[in-house]
Amino acid sequence: MSQTTTDDVLAPLRRVFANDAAKVAVMYIAIWVVFYAFGNHLGYGNSGMLSLVRRVTFLAAVYGIVVLALNIQWGYAGLFNIGVAGFMAVGAYTVAMLSSPPAGSPPGLGLPLPIGVLGGILAATLVGLVAALPALRLKADYLAIVTVAISEIIRITYNSPAFSDVTGGARGFGNLPTSPVETLLLQDPTSPASEATSLGETVFSFAAEYGISQFAVVNTLYTVGVLLVLLVVYLLLERAGKSPYGRVLKAIREDETAAQSLGKDTQNFKVRAFALGCGLMGLAGIVWFAMGPRASVTPQTFRPNITFYIFIALIIGGAGSNTGSVLGGALFASLLFEAPPMIRSIIQETFQVSANPGNLIEALIPIASGNLAPLGGFLLNNIDSLRFIGMGILLVVLIQRKPDGLLGARKETAAGVPLTADTRPDTGRADADAAAVDGGETDE
Amino acid sequence: MSEDDAPSVADADIPDDVDVPEDVEPETMDSDVEESAKTVPRSVPLRVEGLRKEFGGITAVDGATFAVEEGSLTGLIGPNGAGKSTTFNCITGVHEADAGDVYFRGEEISGEQPHDIVERGLVRTFQIARQLGEMTVLENVMLAPGGQQGESITRSVLPGTRGRVVAQERELREKAWETLEFFELDHLATEYAGNLSGGQRKLLELARALMTDPSVLLLDEPFAGVNPTLEEKLLDRIHDLREQGLTFLLVEHDMDLIMQNCEHVIVMHQGRVLDEGPPERIKNNEEVIEAYLGGEV
Repeated sequence: MSQTTTDDVLAPLRRVFANDAAKVAVMYIAIWVVFYAFGNHLGYGNSGMLSLVRRVTFLAAVYGIVVLALNIQWGYAGLFNIGVAGFMAVGAYTVAMLSSPPAGSPPGLGLPLPIGVLGGILAATLVGLVAALPALRLKADYLAIVTVAISEIIRITYNSPAFSDVTGGARGFGNLPTSPVETLLLQDPTSPASEATSLGETVFSFAAEYGISQFAVVNTLYTVGVLLVLLVVYLLLERAGKSPYGRVLKAIREDETAAQSLGKDTQNFKVRAFALGCGLMGLAGIVWFAMGPRASVTPQTFRPNITFYIFIALIIGGAGSNTGSVLGGALFASLLFEAPPMIRSIIQETFQVSANPGNLIEALIPIASGNLAPLGGFLLNNIDSLRFIGMGILLVVLIQRKPDGLLGARKETAAGVPLTADTRPDTGRADADAAAVDGGETDE
Repeated sequence: MSEDDAPSVADADIPDDVDVPEDVEPETMDSDVEESAKTVPRSVPLRVEGLRKEFGGITAVDGATFAVEEGSLTGLIGPNGAGKSTTFNCITGVHEADAGDVYFRGEEISGEQPHDIVERGLVRTFQIARQLGEMTVLENVMLAPGGQQGESITRSVLPGTRGRVVAQERELREKAWETLEFFELDHLATEYAGNLSGGQRKLLELARALMTDPSVLLLDEPFAGVNPTLEEKLLDRIHDLREQGLTFLLVEHDMDLIMQNCEHVIVMHQGRVLDEGPPERIKNNEEVIEAYLGGEV
């Protein structure tokens, strides 16, 4: 028995690290290398370099978490939730209300952070259930309408002056909880410039040798923490997906009537998948917006466009694949948010583009006389808006050419044991299941 | 209304109104047992009484009453629009009947959810195979069995219970391979179901239904679009399974196939049971020929 349980523990780990982990690691390392090269080219120092890499890693990781959460709903079960932003808002606002210091404005309850985080996840789950229970009985389209509506209702409620004593109204929840990193390293966690604790002293003095500020250290460690959360969420969903549970979700996505006719209570499975996804979206909202380097809990933060970014990231990675979700989140966040400003700086520095036409017409007319510089300058200066056009084109191309996603596969098998090779007991291959596991992997 | 047809059914020596002691649970004694004075050789796992279903102004099933005997291969025939598929849908909970009752092993199951009915052991396949295209054949088959521990998220995820889930998965995979071998689909196990041919999909659908461990199988045109070789294979499997004690109710348009393989045939026409009995009787029933072949023989 103990033999088999060690196998059971090791087999998924082996499987995870055999290829999927390698894919994720390669993607992250590639992103780091590219951004290191950007920073190097632009002559960043240690501190600037760290903050650049840290920023892209943070975004990649939070996108990974929320894309994973959407993947269990849409990728696995086919539940079309376009209210992602709303569920993240519930998580972030709830943790702020529960765990912020009572002295600030708007006042929090000052509860310990773990309770606040748990509360935020539960609140997002509950709101998800309230939205889903009636809508899941109907067709998929209705769920989509209900979720986008509830997301907006949530945002508008938080925005409303009527509740501004509790939510901060349109200004947002300014009084945010301190992150665990701040609590550990700083004597007064609410002020980033405060005296360090004894542990903080050691860490900060070590970092100072490389010219890295106290502020950067806190943010970097927080980002490492977010990566750990991503890892935990990934392993959780990977297990949930590669199990009979995930198999039923896939069956519901493919043909709900068929799943019912095989004795599956599909309603029950859908509700559980939706609740799990919403809870994890709440968690993503917490680590992304309620604390850390991008902390900002305002109604404007949770506009619907963020939901669509998350969908694009999932489509890039490949709906239905957890690894693809992590990869898609990382690729999307780095390509769309962090790379364009870098590329602009590099091009401007290399080609000395100084032209700055006021509008597209002024940029286009000089082309007639063979002068491309104004157009180049125009494009570079408007890269912030233009990248969304690029993203749109990418999305269209992806859906036409690679509907399964750039990196992942919608068709990953959902089972607790490998199904990719001939695993029949009587073929003599699978006597020891470890052999079957290896066989299953190498044959892929 | 629905009783109009009753005489023609009743004068046949079919024990359709007889419920049988063996499988009857005590709590169901109240309604049926008074009538079951006669003793009959075999029990009746599935009984449909006065089933009625309307879609808008169309009455698809109009008071159908019949029974399926334990271990039989019963054919359900009738022209297009006779209400066969709707009857199936009402029996298996896909549609809710407007009137009438369905009894399974003596218990009323009308209005139950499809998944509850499957748990009782009454399982159906579809006229157009509902393969789960982006899942492999093996996954399709492993999906079906009930009582899978890993269908709980917590049990699948938590380290303490994951081991048991994996162990059950391993057993399941073994059983799935056996079933695939039985249907000679094992060479396609790792293929995506969407890539299978029409006939193979029908085999897969039956294999999958079988994995739910049913006692009665309702097959909706399992041979439609299946080539003769594969049809033969499918029929062999059905006969094998009957020998193991399974009961089949079969919707089929191929008269020869029904007459050669079924021991009992139910004919539906315009939502009602026109006649039922052994194939010889049905073959010689003028009314059936009229209804089924539009009067031309």
